Amino acid sequence: MKFGILVNEGPFTHQASDSAYRFAVAAIEKGHQVARVFFYNDGVYNSNRLSEPQSDDRNLVALWSELAKANGIDLVVCIAAALRRGIKEEVLQDGFRISGLGQLVEAGIENDRLVVFGD
Amino acid sequence: MEPWEEEEGPEVVKRFMYVNRRAPYGTIYALECLEVVLIAAAFDQDVSVVFVDDGVYQLKKDQDTTGIGMKNFSKTYRALDDYDVEKIYVEKESLEKRGLAAADLIIPVEVVTAHNLREIMAQQDVVISS
Repeated sequence: MKFGILVNEGPFTHQASDSAYRFAVAAIEKGHQVARVFFYNDGVYNSNRLSEPQSDDRNLVALWSELAKANGIDLVVCIAAALRRGIKEEVLQDGFRISGLGQLVEAGIENDRLVVFGD
Repeated sequence: MEPWEEEEGPEVVKRFMYVNRRAPYGTIYALECLEVVLIAAAFDQDVSVVFVDDGVYQLKKDQDTTGIGMKNFSKTYRALDDYDVEKIYVEKESLEKRGLAAADLIIPVEVVTAHNLREIMAQQDVVISS
């Protein structure tokens, strides 16, 4: 099955991004495809390469980036939500790109399922 | 394609439902969900918008945000009609619990029971809630 994923929360306050990441890993392990992950609301903070969690904790920004590179996942950060929160090209982690909300709608159209992770 | 021919519609038309569960202010979810709906309307998909729980307050008439310094975006819901978003459902139970009726809302809506809403929701291809 081909999945799109929507992440609506940042990587620390809520578990949504962790759950989405684990869902993506599990889906890929089972032979499914994760085509795109769209980051909206505070979810855009998942793309901030300046995030520095403590070294004994998971680093979701890096984990998303690595997972995307290994599996050809399109990580899209919503431009309107990003600009509001100071997420711009210059702080963007490798593997993420900034684009419009149309990419979210497209993920809903083109994939078999769009799975939403939020509060 | 010749100019007199009808432009073809989209290859896939899916049913997209946007579910608003939260009050308009206090968190950004309502505003950012409205932004998604307005973009989504341009994609020629079957779009519906739902208001449940405190989400029904988003459509309350006569909102005044001067005291909290936030932008009052409630009038933007009136644009949904211009964008051909016509399926707007408000859950009856949520309205009643809050002492509201359809007449208190800024736009015309279809008031549906939780039972009916469940059926409409089950028919969707994509449900995005916030």
